[in-house]
Amino acid sequence: MEGLSPEVWIAVRLTVELASITTLLLLVLATPLAWWLARSDAWWKEVVAAVVALPLVLPPTVLGFYFLVALGPGGPGGWLAGLWGGRTLAFTFEGLVAGSVVYSMPFVVQPIRNAFEAMGERPMEVAATLRASPWRAFWTVALPLARPGLLTGAVLGFAHTVGEFGVVLMIGGNIPGETKVLSVAIYDFVETQQWHETNVIAGGMVVFGFLAVFAMMLAEKRMRPAGA
Amino acid sequence: MTETEGIDVAFRGRLGAFAMDVAFSVPGRGVTALFGPSGCGKTTTLRAIAGLQRLQGRCRVAGEIWQDGERFLPAHRRAIGYVFQEASLFPHLTVERNLLYSRKGQRRPAGEGESSVDFAEVVELLGLSRLLARLPQRLSGGERQRVAIGRALLSRPSLVVMDEPLSALDTETRDEIMPFLERLHETLSLPILLVSHDMATVERLADHVVLMNAGTVQAAGALHAVQSDPALPLAGRRDAAVSLEAHVEDYDADYGLATLAVSGARFRVPTEGLRELGKPVRMRLAAGDVSLATSPSPDTTILNVLPARIASHAASGTHEIIAVLSLGHAGTGARILARVTRLSWERLALADGMAVHAQVKSVALARA
Repeated sequence: MEGLSPEVWIAVRLTVELASITTLLLLVLATPLAWWLARSDAWWKEVVAAVVALPLVLPPTVLGFYFLVALGPGGPGGWLAGLWGGRTLAFTFEGLVAGSVVYSMPFVVQPIRNAFEAMGERPMEVAATLRASPWRAFWTVALPLARPGLLTGAVLGFAHTVGEFGVVLMIGGNIPGETKVLSVAIYDFVETQQWHETNVIAGGMVVFGFLAVFAMMLAEKRMRPAGA
Repeated sequence: MTETEGIDVAFRGRLGAFAMDVAFSVPGRGVTALFGPSGCGKTTTLRAIAGLQRLQGRCRVAGEIWQDGERFLPAHRRAIGYVFQEASLFPHLTVERNLLYSRKGQRRPAGEGESSVDFAEVVELLGLSRLLARLPQRLSGGERQRVAIGRALLSRPSLVVMDEPLSALDTETRDEIMPFLERLHETLSLPILLVSHDMATVERLADHVVLMNAGTVQAAGALHAVQSDPALPLAGRRDAAVSLEAHVEDYDADYGLATLAVSGARFRVPTEGLRELGKPVRMRLAAGDVSLATSPSPDTTILNVLPARIASHAASGTHEIIAVLSLGHAGTGARILARVTRLSWERLALADGMAVHAQVKSVALARA
């Protein structure tokens, strides 16, 4: 694409990096959480579920504000950064990852939880009567059966991270190559009236969003077992 | 058989409004049917035996304690083969990988003695060789249930439990599975606990029966003994019958009649198939097909008129009597049931201990 400033490409690379790392972390964290939410009898599990779902209803700026405090020098983020000689996690790529994980969590937890719930108790019971330890049954039965949910969660988590704006602006600021992702870059381009760049990025994100959702729907349809 | 080889079960507990208090001991061989109306706690009992449901109590199988006051072995450490009502195959695995799930995909696991059930043997027994590469969604209902049975057998169980394995299937498929279950029964020395609310299945397959009702055990024992006890509900059913183990003693090719011998009597039964002398068969005698006479009448088309003695009797409703007969002149043979009207009973002045002639109108072969 001619005539695009290198700034755009830097933002694209950063966005993909952020979304990939966030998605990986989300799958690792959300899967056990979704399993617990689907299986536990604890009365307070819905409290946890509501907390996880909070980013759906909170203004991203509110979330961003709390993150700023938590990641800053006085918060746990600052303490963490101190381990490798930093002062703060705010305005860093790592800080963005942390914020994105929380912000996109409900989009990943919900489909995986639904998949685990739709599976019911039976497959795990069958596995247990076939000498599989709960651990082995989880890996060989529960996870494969929840594949459509895992895929949906991954795609939604990735796409949603790509699309986030408010949280990024609050905790990341606007540092090229470090925290300036596409959604923020668009904002900048509009402010400086660089319409060409704005159009390319905006159009590209519409196409990306459509492809992500469409691919997810196709895959989910194909993977759904015909029942056995 | 010593006590420790059997299956010894006692559970007590409450599930919502439903109270369970179940205890029975059955031999560690053959097929034991848990029989009773829906909702009487049969499935819960099986689940508790498998460790899928926690109830207070104890459970010992083949000398191994699975549960008692202190211990509760988790389900995956119990040597049980569980066949669920629906086949519940893993939809993401092929038939072969479903079958070998408990062996982590190995047809012959390392360090396994010859004693364990062999993969090839199970595939042959259940007719699965053509299905191995298929996914479960491409199987018929009967095929799925056969795979589920094979999968349970291959998990090296010391007890196989089956929860109404036929009830989710249509009659045709049921008839297709039944011979496989019978072969299982003949070939394997494994004890099988079978939950059923279908009397025909019980009469055909079971050696022992545990009668259950409303969370309790009404009776447990050999099938024939439970069937022929007038104090128990089986004898009072409209379709009351006894199952008799017999063997083929003779075959009359001219008339197409086999002579089947049981303790205290010989039955002549029209059949084409039973030419093999000495072959064990199981007969079913319905109480409604047996009538009583005080003297043998030679002028009858009924082939089987057998001397017997009335061992006991009980009222069946207000107008009928169920009589338990011991076959043979001395009344020492196998027991059968006869249902007669109270009118006939009084007119012939029938009473316990009397010598009578049992006229058996028809005999069915439950298993040949």
